[in-house]
Amino acid sequence: MNLSLPDLLPAYAEIFLLIMACVVLVVDLFLDDSRRYITYALSLATLAGCAFFTAGISGTPSPTYTFNSMFVSDVMANVLKMLTYIAVATGMVYSRSYMVERGLLRGEYFSLSLFATLGMMVMISANNFLTLYIGLELLSLCLYAMVALSRDSAQATEAAMKYFVLGALASGLLLYGMSMIYGATGSLEMTTISRTLETANPNHTVLVFGLVFIVAGLAFKLGVVPFHMWIPDVYQGAPSAITLFIATAPKLAAFAMAMRLLVNGLIPLAIDWQQMLVLLAVLSMALGNLAAIAQTNIKRMLAYSTIAHMGFMLLGLASGVVDGNWLSAADAYSAAMFYSIVYVITSLAGFGSVLLLSRAGFEAENIDDYRGLNQRSPWFAFILMLTMFSLAGLPPTVGFYAKLSVLQAAVSAGQVWLAVVAVLFSLIGAFYYLRIIKLMYFDDPVDTAAIAPSIDMSVLLSVNGLALLLLGIMPQQLMQLCFVAIKSL
Amino acid sequence: MNIEKIVFLGFAAIMLFAALRVITSRNPVHSALFLVLSFFTAAAIWMLLRAEFLAIVLVLVYVGAVMVLFLFVVMMLDINLDRLREGFWSYLPLGATIALLMILEMVLVLGGRYFRLQSVPVPADPGASYSNTRELGRLLYTDYVYPFELAAVVLLVAIIAAIALTMRKRKDTKYQNPAKQVSVRRADRVRLVSMPSEKKD
Repeated sequence: MNLSLPDLLPAYAEIFLLIMACVVLVVDLFLDDSRRYITYALSLATLAGCAFFTAGISGTPSPTYTFNSMFVSDVMANVLKMLTYIAVATGMVYSRSYMVERGLLRGEYFSLSLFATLGMMVMISANNFLTLYIGLELLSLCLYAMVALSRDSAQATEAAMKYFVLGALASGLLLYGMSMIYGATGSLEMTTISRTLETANPNHTVLVFGLVFIVAGLAFKLGVVPFHMWIPDVYQGAPSAITLFIATAPKLAAFAMAMRLLVNGLIPLAIDWQQMLVLLAVLSMALGNLAAIAQTNIKRMLAYSTIAHMGFMLLGLASGVVDGNWLSAADAYSAAMFYSIVYVITSLAGFGSVLLLSRAGFEAENIDDYRGLNQRSPWFAFILMLTMFSLAGLPPTVGFYAKLSVLQAAVSAGQVWLAVVAVLFSLIGAFYYLRIIKLMYFDDPVDTAAIAPSIDMSVLLSVNGLALLLLGIMPQQLMQLCFVAIKSL
Repeated sequence: MNIEKIVFLGFAAIMLFAALRVITSRNPVHSALFLVLSFFTAAAIWMLLRAEFLAIVLVLVYVGAVMVLFLFVVMMLDINLDRLREGFWSYLPLGATIALLMILEMVLVLGGRYFRLQSVPVPADPGASYSNTRELGRLLYTDYVYPFELAAVVLLVAIIAAIALTMRKRKDTKYQNPAKQVSVRRADRVRLVSMPSEKKD
């Protein structure tokens, strides 16, 4: 028996992250609260190191497979991983003072965040049902624990419990669907499944049966109607810093999961899963946008807005294959990818502002807390205005181009009615984003405490907000990057 | 009907009975013990399938370690079953209808047509010297090393999460510090006071 070592080069970032997460875990044991900044710096340095390794391998244009084809490294994986590092690191910077004030800035927050990042990277690079599933479990397990991290809050514990029970159920559904696909095709590897589906023509009934369960599991992880129940409760119940974490980077991983499962693995079944996605998309846009209007809690409002946005993103995924040919598929999928990236950047700024206004003993959760923000801090009111414009999809922010490219994809796929529905619901959705802007600029402040963020947070939040504007003025580079990434699949 | 089939049917019947008793038994300790029985019969069925390593691991890990631990926990906890079963009868009609519908639909779709014995070929007899354990070990450390390591990371995260969520430092406990006790010097404990031996007049 000869043992050959797998090619480790494409997975250097994952290996580095795993080692460093263990180092952070151990180092933190020797630190007391006053020296916690060492853990914080070490975590940020870890993410920077991962970025270095990922950048090192991003030169290769064709996909590289390793670990017996269970791991794939392609342009899409590298782009999404880079953005994941940025999102996680930005979230850590935003969260620091919030967590310190609530006594939550313990070593576990950092080690669990890093392990969750590892889970996302595994999902992004998965080329096998097995690795995809384990990556998903790694991510979910960290998230359940992070929601419950504030142990004495009944709301957080309840949210964690709901998330855990529903998440376990969804994982079960996903696994059942995967087992059906495995039964029909005899393989767990996505590329092999795709090839088998095209050549061997296995039983269609079993495939669609499995597909239903896979799409259900996927819909839960994305949080689209009718698998959205957990999103508002978890977003509201979790500490705001954890909500920010859940709402940002894992969405990139969920998008990657959808791409790997549906496009890499099951693209010959596109005609079946596209119908399902259309249904999910329309329901999500309707419920998300209508329910968000009634919310008075900003975290809950942003939760419903997430549901609506994920529905919009699915629209792009659902317009790839038209009448069995996928000539325009790359356009549609890159529009969906662009949309998810823009959503993540925007919601980083959105939840960042929730953390900005919160202070010790006070949670800026109600939309009334945003009244008169312009009088308290004109600059941050401007940043939040850009964020809300981007979420609503108004020019000149980047949210406009995200919506536009998805709509273009839907129209060129011949789904004009779908595009009309999407525009109508976005119009309804614009109401509650603009309401925040109205409260900020035209009302008198209720809460008059001074806003004094730390220097790193105020700089980063400003950069984040201005990035929305800058990307809105010249979105070509990012769009081109998404297109290249999808082309490389 | 050969002897193998009879043994299989016997084990299958025991397993189903035990699994049913796990959820119907009123006493949680009995439930746990029935779960042990069903694991044990599952191990026997795996033995029939010549998966001897899995069978042994199931007995060692699940029956030997996990279930014994679980039994202790169940005995420690004071579980009020009546409160757990509250609302059982009011939820039953809806739950049972949905479950039955789902089973019916799944049977209609799958119905044993696609996964019957003919469509899955019987693997060739690997011979007496074939070692299941060896093959599993070889696969785990070569082809499946990536998911195998990741599964270990999942377990590590489970430990971290469990400790993070349950460990509390109590401030009111009085600790002894042996190092301090040993390194104590006379000067820390005894103070010599010089006093006059007799009262002066």
